[in-house]
Amino acid sequence: MNGTMTTGEAALDFPLLSLALWLPLLVGLPIIVLARSRNAIAIGALMASLAQAVLAIVITVTFDHQATGYQFVEEAPWIPALGISYKLGVDGVSILMVLLTGILGPLVVAAAWLTIHRREREFFAALITLQTAMLGVFVTLDFILFYVFWEMVLIPMYLMIGVWGHERRIYATIKFFLYTFAGSVLMLVAILAIRFTTGTFDIEAIPEEMAGASQILQRWVFVAFFLGFAIKVPMFPFHTWLPDAHVEAPTAGSMVLAGVLLKMGAYGFLRFLLPMAPDAVDEARGLVVALSLVAIVYGALVAMVQPDLKKLVAYSSVSHMGFVTLGIFTATQTGIDGALVQMLSHGVVSPALFFAVGVIYERAHTRRIDELGGLAPRMPIYATLFGFFMLASLGLPLLSGFVGEFLVLVGAFDYATGVGVLAALGVILAAAYMLWMYQRVALGRLRNQALATIPDVNRTEILTFVGLGVLVVWVGIFPDTFVRLLSATTAGLAG
Amino acid sequence: MLDAPWIIPLLPLLAFAANGLAGRRNPPWTGWVSTLAILGSFVATVVLWIQSTGSDKDSSVLYTWVASGGFDIEIAFLTDALTVVMLLVVTGVSTLVSMYAVGYMDHDANKPRFFTWIPLFVFSMIMLVISDNLLQLFIFWEMVGLCSYLLIGYWYERDSANAAATKAFLVNRIGDFGFAIGIILAFHEFGTLRYREIFDGLGAADPRMVTAIACLLFIGAMGKSAQFPLHVWLPDAMEGPTPVSALIHAATMVTAGVYLVARLNPVYSAAPEALLLVAAVGTFTAFLAATIALTQTDIKRVLAYSTVSQLGLMFLAAGAGAYTVAIFHLATHAFFKALLFLGSGSVIHAMNDEQDMRQMGGLRSKLPVTYATFILGGLALAAIFPLAGFWSKDEILALTHLKATSDPGSSLSTDHGAGIFWVFYFTGLAVSVMTAFYTFRMIVKTFHGKPRNAELHAHAHESPRVMTLPLIVLAAGAVLAGAVLGIPPEHGIIHGYLKYAAGIVHLEGAGPPATLVLALISTVAAGGGLLLALGAYSRGMGIPALARRLLPGAETLFRQKWYMDHIGDGFGVAFTKATAMISWGFDAGVIDGIVNGVGHLSRFTAGQVRRLQTGQAQNYALLMVVGLVLTVGSLVLFR
Repeated sequence: MNGTMTTGEAALDFPLLSLALWLPLLVGLPIIVLARSRNAIAIGALMASLAQAVLAIVITVTFDHQATGYQFVEEAPWIPALGISYKLGVDGVSILMVLLTGILGPLVVAAAWLTIHRREREFFAALITLQTAMLGVFVTLDFILFYVFWEMVLIPMYLMIGVWGHERRIYATIKFFLYTFAGSVLMLVAILAIRFTTGTFDIEAIPEEMAGASQILQRWVFVAFFLGFAIKVPMFPFHTWLPDAHVEAPTAGSMVLAGVLLKMGAYGFLRFLLPMAPDAVDEARGLVVALSLVAIVYGALVAMVQPDLKKLVAYSSVSHMGFVTLGIFTATQTGIDGALVQMLSHGVVSPALFFAVGVIYERAHTRRIDELGGLAPRMPIYATLFGFFMLASLGLPLLSGFVGEFLVLVGAFDYATGVGVLAALGVILAAAYMLWMYQRVALGRLRNQALATIPDVNRTEILTFVGLGVLVVWVGIFPDTFVRLLSATTAGLAG
Repeated sequence: MLDAPWIIPLLPLLAFAANGLAGRRNPPWTGWVSTLAILGSFVATVVLWIQSTGSDKDSSVLYTWVASGGFDIEIAFLTDALTVVMLLVVTGVSTLVSMYAVGYMDHDANKPRFFTWIPLFVFSMIMLVISDNLLQLFIFWEMVGLCSYLLIGYWYERDSANAAATKAFLVNRIGDFGFAIGIILAFHEFGTLRYREIFDGLGAADPRMVTAIACLLFIGAMGKSAQFPLHVWLPDAMEGPTPVSALIHAATMVTAGVYLVARLNPVYSAAPEALLLVAAVGTFTAFLAATIALTQTDIKRVLAYSTVSQLGLMFLAAGAGAYTVAIFHLATHAFFKALLFLGSGSVIHAMNDEQDMRQMGGLRSKLPVTYATFILGGLALAAIFPLAGFWSKDEILALTHLKATSDPGSSLSTDHGAGIFWVFYFTGLAVSVMTAFYTFRMIVKTFHGKPRNAELHAHAHESPRVMTLPLIVLAAGAVLAGAVLGIPPEHGIIHGYLKYAAGIVHLEGAGPPATLVLALISTVAAGGGLLLALGAYSRGMGIPALARRLLPGAETLFRQKWYMDHIGDGFGVAFTKATAMISWGFDAGVIDGIVNGVGHLSRFTAGQVRRLQTGQAQNYALLMVVGLVLTVGSLVLFR
């Protein structure tokens, strides 16, 4: 990028963030547009996303876990007349999301290559645009630039569901769009309100500037931001767009949606709400904690009785994301650390489960649990992999799901014992709906004779699962590899 | 070797990896890889035992698991006497069971899967008992639960096996719910989860909080060690292959709860109310399970309820403050119960997978080695002098008696009077009678009398040597372990060694003369039960029929397992599902209804949404939910 520069805080005197951010779009997109065959398109997309993944890993590895401020900062004027600049940087709140977005990229490309069989060029173009947009959300430090990326995420996702989706895709798309668009508009109002109070769009500078803001303004900012982000997470009772969007989205779309898009809301809470409206957050804490508890327990209960496999996974997301918002709003360091680890974990496990559903749908053309059953003897590798991610999702220790949820629980008990007890109930329910689902889908006798000759997973599918599984095991066995990156930042966020 | 305790868990972990990768090729060596790896762990444990004094040492830290805002957890090894005793039991019995399984699972096409989960289990169990902190213990506590789940559901094309596996996992999760809360509260109270630092912090801790923590942790122990009312998963767990029942559901994993209480003994000693709860739950469970065992016809279920009952006695010991004795009984029980399960497996193997004792009888001549070892195991379980069970169970009763008779105000007395311990003591005696009775009822029905199924009997044959050798080794243990470890009573090898474990305070008994009288009383009780069973079932004295006529209600109650499964399925499962259906109806009807209602009004979406949204789908869903709730509700109420 021309005109970018790095400040002294960056470990390398090189615009790593810009490179990771724009590489998919600037290199990947032309290849995809110009490529002649389906495979060439996919390889172009794979190369671009792999490069981004490698850069994301490099950024994570070189991230200085002891430094408190932003790292890899790049800053250049963009629209000086309005005080808008091109400013990037990462800290403990965003580093895991950068890693997640990067790693998920090539795996989603692989899933798309397996499951998208029409208009591949457009799909991969949308996917690659999405990769840039999502990373942009997590690394920008200018409010307007952030808003641009935030909206930029919406459009490819909207197209993915609307064009490559299933039967009720139009309904789902409109619901998704209206819901999240409403959130975006509210957010824009909040951004402008902050701009008129503080006189800056600089995310790094705003918290200090907002310290003197009136209680009333903080409350308005809180309401606008909160609704915008709560819809995205989604928090109860703004969650009903999610199951519809997931059910109608193609597999690769569901993977991105569950993996990264849902994390944008939680990221917003941590990046903007907590530092910019701290007093209002304190006032509303009880309500948000209560909504999180409802999401955890209620989401799990609704998941339990879903006849559609994809809806079950979607509602499990509502429950698992409830742990994220709970952790954030306990305002304890352990709770926030737990929320961030849970975001990373859910960002890998949930896409893996959607991919698992997609694998079955490709073969059996059904997602109804009562039409499956007895797959394990016919698809032993698939059953093992699916079982693995099922266990990660229900929070089995030594896999990723346990770490985040346990840390959140530690934080929740710090906040109030009753809150911790109710949240822990979600862990029992998660085991119930996951094991019951697995029992009906993979185990038992074959109920649907059409599945008697169903083939096991192929090499590409195994590779995709394993790619996702590596992070699940790593987070589970060595969580400190990741948690240590957060401490310097989350210590400052804790109340 | 002493400085390298990590080799003990490492070997089974490698066997897990090797057998897991061997996968579907089904090479012939998977069983031996598992057996030899676990044998290696056993040898390493023996070396550790010989070289160590068992006294307090600093635990060795492997790595920092997580450090977050003061919540610092390490994966570390603590190898004090208690851990070494547990390691010896775990690796020793595991080696024999794995060897036995080489023969038992020989014809199974999926046996690499079996021999993948077995070493994973052994690894997890080792990591559980070797931990120096509560969180590591909890992590592997859940991991052994996972292995149990995988092995109960090993034959995953059977619906009953899958249901049993899921039930085991979920019931344990309920226990772990309490356990996890207890751990987090312990962290908040003590600021650490390392055992030693918790013990050091007890003096300054809030006593009510300590009691709450001890009770919550015990809920976890109730799940894992199958104590009332969380015992319901263990009998169903018999769906797994018999070596699994012997190893996981009798000798090792289910004793983890007893280990937990013994490990945290200073915490429990500082919380007398919690300790009393432990003793009460243990005693009641011992009694309940023994009554059910009297009436079961499936040989493995008799043994399963017997295990529940014996675990109850271990908790009685722990609850009386006799932690050493609880571990002593845990060790002897591991020998004779593993032996009995493996023996029953040999019978089932011979009977072409038949488990119903009503189809057996007269197997004595067909299975001489199995019969001889089974008799020894049965005598040990019935606590007949001088077999293993005698020494450990007698001490439990003696120390319960001691609690009952101790002067108020002495260090042994509880705040709640000695009366309750008289109840525990006499219940324990009744359990002794019933234990001997159901054990010999089982032996007579299986091995004596005339064959009740001539065809199965004709084809019955003794098991191969790879299976009978472990039986013989375990039988030697069942005969000798009690005497070798426990003579003189309360001052045997095991008592002396366990003195060096972190925190364990040795409870001194009332001296040999009193012990002798008590030993006589419990011997008479056990002998009486034994003779009663022999008389009733081999000579046709008609006691069972008489009992059935005199106490029809009790017999039905026992046979129906005190209706615990009905209560669990009816209220627990049905209630949860009904709540779930209502929640879903609320989600589709109310929340999404409002969203779509708003959509209706919006002119942006009018065209699209109106077509899809007649409102009918929601109405149907709601009606379905209401109907289902009514149906399920009426089923629960009127069944």
